Amino acid sequence: MQSILEISGLTKTYAGGFTALRGVDLSIRKGEIFALLGPNGAGKTTLIGAVCGLVRPTSGTIHAFGEDMATHWRSLRARIGLVPQELATDMFEPVLRSVGHSRGLFGLPPDPAKIEEILRALSLWDKRNDQIRMLSGGMKRRVLIAKALAHDPELLFLDEPTAGVDVELRRDMWRQIALLRERGTTVILTTHYIEEAEEMADRVGVINKGEILMVDEKQAMMERLGRTEALITLTQPLGDVPDSLSAFPVSLDKDGTVLCYRGGGGDGDSAGTSEVAELTKALTRAGIDYSAIDIHESSLEDIFVDLLDGGAA
Amino acid sequence: MSLFNARSAWTIYKRELFRAFRTALQSIIAPVLTTTLYFVVFGAAIGGQMQGGMGGVNYGAFIVPGLLLLTLLGESTSNASFGIYMPRFTGAIYELLSAPVGVAETLVGFVGAAATKSLILATIILVTASFFVDYSIAHPVYAFGYILLVSASFSLFGFILGIWADSFEKLSVVPMLILMPLTFLGGTFYSIQVLPEPWRSVAMANPVVYLVNGLRWTFYGSSDVSIGLSLGLTLLFLAICVALISWIFRTGWRLRA
Ligand SMILES: Nc1ncnc2c1ncn2[C@@H]1O[C@H](COP(=O)(O)OP(=O)(O)OP(=O)(O)O)[C@@H](O)[C@H]1O
Ligand SMILES: [Mg+2]
Repeated sequence: MQSILEISGLTKTYAGGFTALRGVDLSIRKGEIFALLGPNGAGKTTLIGAVCGLVRPTSGTIHAFGEDMATHWRSLRARIGLVPQELATDMFEPVLRSVGHSRGLFGLPPDPAKIEEILRALSLWDKRNDQIRMLSGGMKRRVLIAKALAHDPELLFLDEPTAGVDVELRRDMWRQIALLRERGTTVILTTHYIEEAEEMADRVGVINKGEILMVDEKQAMMERLGRTEALITLTQPLGDVPDSLSAFPVSLDKDGTVLCYRGGGGDGDSAGTSEVAELTKALTRAGIDYSAIDIHESSLEDIFVDLLDGGAA
Repeated sequence: MSLFNARSAWTIYKRELFRAFRTALQSIIAPVLTTTLYFVVFGAAIGGQMQGGMGGVNYGAFIVPGLLLLTLLGESTSNASFGIYMPRFTGAIYELLSAPVGVAETLVGFVGAAATKSLILATIILVTASFFVDYSIAHPVYAFGYILLVSASFSLFGFILGIWADSFEKLSVVPMLILMPLTFLGGTFYSIQVLPEPWRSVAMANPVVYLVNGLRWTFYGSSDVSIGLSLGLTLLFLAICVALISWIFRTGWRLRA
């Protein structure tokens, strides 16, 4: 598949001496939605900033559309859009003018029809003559999205697009982003919401402490790392896992009152659930009584938490 | 792609002027008021006592170029510095930094807008002054050119100030504590010829002296220092500002983290 953005060996050490990115390698495919997942301070915004010209890389290279950003920044930036994490823009400007200015700043001639289309799609048309400061937080965020779309970018960065946006609006935003992809825009978004990555991304990259821990197809990641988890509540607490159960990936929890099973291949794989069936039979054979079984497939969230725990260890 | 995008520059320029018109009252009324006050105090009250005038010109008329310069320096500097400091402060500068815009477009936009405001102001001040004193401009074309040059230079200077400053305090400190005293001591309201030595020589070290006298020459055809020297120094100042700004953009100093 064709790559639209190629980052290699990207390191950023801020003036204060803090290293926010440690040799990041990342390749983004044309037309995909890529979710960059990571906890606070992981380096997501720094990574985006380095591509968009807000942050000067300490070392490493960034190629967009096959050309080096360092030398061809002028022509390349014209094809890239950025929606920043912070709600920062001239708050006294009316919406319509602000979005029009964004298009002009990127060197394009005015196109009222295009701006109207963008504002309508983001449900901002009715607010077009209001000063941005008078809008709600979620609307302000959409204004920033409209500004970033005003020059028709082929590659769009959305730094936490749904921060401070209510559930309904978030779904609306997801639809908008899906629509962008249909039109061929490549989208890179950062998020804390696993749900969001799970819902929309084609691929997910997990970043922590300035390092990319893993990048994979969302589906593959869930299959590879996903687990079936079963929590079996015992009527009598156990001191140790009996030998008869040692063949199973189980452990004891909550002072021996809960037997935890973690195994199987996860998503779409029945190996886990059938092994749990075997486990219950073994329990009965061993004369261990249980009162409840709670069985579920681990989500991207569990995978994420596991990865970060592993990274911290 | 070309090296200069006129549309980007025009957008920045337009946006800055919109911003100025939002605060039009403050940015126009204030200078008109101060100019009026200066004329009442210096022109009418003090100037009335000065029979011989100064430098062969009626005192009220004599202070017109000085007053004009006083306002031009202050307003050009503060307009341009606020223009770039505010988006840095709020974070709105992200858009400029991520746009396909280089130093040329940024300068033409921000500095052009600040200089335009200064020219509008200069016109207002000259019109206001005409209500108080009779004055004439000996070399109108030179006067216009010189006002433009000073406005552009100090807008550039203000731009640098707005990038250098990391607090509102620093933003106001330079105009208040450096520019203002230098202007007052730079022969705005008097010819430095009237100063006794050693003060006259000391005054010659004040760069504003050359600015005031340059402008005064365009008004009255005579001044304390030669117009060539004034012009040369102003152009030198402009060149230094441009060089500094190019360096700022090349290194990203205080603009890019
Ligand atoms: N301008 C700066 N100067 C010094 N350190 C900085 C600067 N900007 C960010 N950092 C540090 O770099 C690290 C990464 O910050 P970054 O904003 O990239 O994280 P993030 O993944 O976007 O976090 P969040 O999810 O909270 O937005 C943090 O520890 C932060 O304190
Ligand atoms: Mg961030």
